[in-house]
Amino acid sequence: MNSNAIWTSFSTILRREVRRFTRIWPQTLVPPVITMSLYFVIFGSLIGSRIGEMGGFSYMEFVVPGLIMMAVITNSYANVASSFYSAKFQRNVEELLVSPTPNWVIMAGYVLGGVSRGLIVGFVVTLIALFFTALSVEHLAITIAIVFLTAVLFSLAGFINAIYANSFDDISIIPTFILTPLTYLGGVFYSIGLLSPFWQGLSKLNPVLYMVNAFRYGVLGVSDINVVWAFVGVLGFIALLFAWGMHLMTHGKRLRH
Amino acid sequence: MTAALSIRNLQKTYDNGFQALKGISFEVQPGDFFALLGPNGAGKSTTIGIICSLVRKTGGSVSIFGIDIDKDFPAAKQMLGVVPQEFNFSQFEKVYDIVCTQGGFYGMPRSLAEERTEKYLKQLGLWDKRSTQARMLSGGMKRRLMIARALIHEPKLLILDEPTAGVDIELRRSMWTFLQEINSQGTTIILTTHYLEEAESLCRNIAIIDKGEIVENTSIKSLLKTLNRETFILDTREALDECPKLQGFEGRLIDDHSLEVTVEKGQSLTEVFTALGEQDVTITSMRNRANRLEELFVSLLAEEKQEETK
Repeated sequence: MNSNAIWTSFSTILRREVRRFTRIWPQTLVPPVITMSLYFVIFGSLIGSRIGEMGGFSYMEFVVPGLIMMAVITNSYANVASSFYSAKFQRNVEELLVSPTPNWVIMAGYVLGGVSRGLIVGFVVTLIALFFTALSVEHLAITIAIVFLTAVLFSLAGFINAIYANSFDDISIIPTFILTPLTYLGGVFYSIGLLSPFWQGLSKLNPVLYMVNAFRYGVLGVSDINVVWAFVGVLGFIALLFAWGMHLMTHGKRLRH
Repeated sequence: MTAALSIRNLQKTYDNGFQALKGISFEVQPGDFFALLGPNGAGKSTTIGIICSLVRKTGGSVSIFGIDIDKDFPAAKQMLGVVPQEFNFSQFEKVYDIVCTQGGFYGMPRSLAEERTEKYLKQLGLWDKRSTQARMLSGGMKRRLMIARALIHEPKLLILDEPTAGVDIELRRSMWTFLQEINSQGTTIILTTHYLEEAESLCRNIAIIDKGEIVENTSIKSLLKTLNRETFILDTREALDECPKLQGFEGRLIDDHSLEVTVEKGQSLTEVFTALGEQDVTITSMRNRANRLEELFVSLLAEEKQEETK
C-alpha cells in the first residue's frame, strides 16, 4: 500500500470507531459525565469544603485534574477493549485482516479511536468542572501532551486486553481489578505528601500517579513527582505496549489460527 | 500464462496436532469458474483461510496472480475478494457503511468507494436496504451483502465459501446469474458448495478435497465422462403393482407411479422405453435420481474410504 492508501485506510478505521461510540452515546459518553459530575458534587463540593486546602489549592481545584485524567484513562481503555473485542466476537475484524491494511495501521486506527473518546469525555468533564471551580492552565503544552499520551497508552492497553480476551468478562477484569485500584491510589483524590514514607515509596511504583501528577502540574503548576519522569515513563510504556501489540497482531494465534 | 491461484504442497497442522492439509497442490487459471468441493472438515475452509491470511500455513506456498503471499501479501490481497461461510460483519452497522468502509480498508478514495457501493448494492438488490442495520436483513440478504463487500475493490480473484447456503431456490438462481456475469467480465471465481448441482451448472474445473488431500482435480466435463452409471426416476401414467421386466437393467418400484432404473455406461435408455412400451407402461416424466456430479462425488469419496480400509 502506498502512503495515500495507508492514510485512507487509517482514516476509515478511525471514522468507523468514532461513528461507533457516537452512535451509542448513551452508553459511551453520558455515563462517565454523570459519574464525574457526582464526584464533583460529593468529593469536591460537599466533602471537599470540610477538607480544606491540598497542595496549596482548594480541594475542588486539586481534585479536578485528577478526575479529568481518570475519565480519560477509563474511557480510552474501555473504548478500544470493547470495540476490538466486539469486532473479534462478531468476526468483523476479519474485514480488516483480509485487507492489505498493515497491522500497525489497524492498531493505530483503533488506538486513535480510543484516544478520541477519552479526549471528548475529558473535554466534557472539564466543561462540567467549570461549573464548580475556575480553572486556569499553567502549562498548556504539558497539559495537552500528557493527556494525549496517557490516552494513547491506555488505548494500547485496551487493545492488548481485547486481543487476549475470550469473553466479555475478560475485558472487564483488568479495569475492575487493576485499572480502578491504580487510578484511585494514583493521587487523584490526595497528595502522596499526606502518606507515610513507606506508602509514598509504594505509591511511586504506580504509573498512574505520574500521569495524574503531570496533568495536575500542567493545570495547577504543582506535582508530587518530577514531571520529566512522567513523560519518560509514559513514552516507555507506549513503546512497550506498541511492540507487544504488534507482536500479537503479527505472530499471535488469537486473531489468526 | 500466470495462474490466478497456484497452491503448492500446502500443509496445515493445528496446535492440537490435527493435520487439516497434507500437502495439497492445484492451480486455477485466470477467468476460470472453479469448484473446490469436499465433505465437511475436508480442509476447504482451511485452504481459503490460508489464501486470505486468516489461517497461517505450516508449509507449502500460495501465489495469487504470480504474487507469493510470503513475499508480498498486501499486493496479493489487493487481487483477492473473499466471501466467507459465516457472517462476519458488524450486526449493528448499516448496510451502506459496511460496504463503503471495506473500500476504505483497501485504500480506495471515499468518492470511488461510494460510487462502487451504490453500484454493487444496486446489482445485488440491496440498495433499498442501504440504511438498514445488518442484523435486520434476511439470511439471503446477508449473503448478498458479503458478496457486495467482497467486490468493492473489484478483485481479480473472488473466493466464495458456500455463498448460497440456506438461500431459497429463486434467490440462489439469481445469485448464479450474477456470478456468471462477473465471471464473464473476467473475474476468476473459486466456489465451495454443498449443492453439487450448483457446481455442475456454474463451474468448468473442479478439485475435490477429502481429509486434507486432493482426490480429484480435472474439468467437470472430463469428470462426468468417468460416470459409469446413472440412476433415473421414471413417472408412469398407469398405477403399477410390480416393477415391469427390464432385461439387463436394474429397476425397482418406488411407489405405484414411480420406477427407479439404473443405466450402466454403454447401455441405452431407448431399450428401457421400448421394454416399458411393450408392457403398456406410459412414461410421463423422467429425472436423475441425484445430480450426476453428486453421484460421482459420492463414489469418489467411497473409493477413498475403501482404499483406506485396505
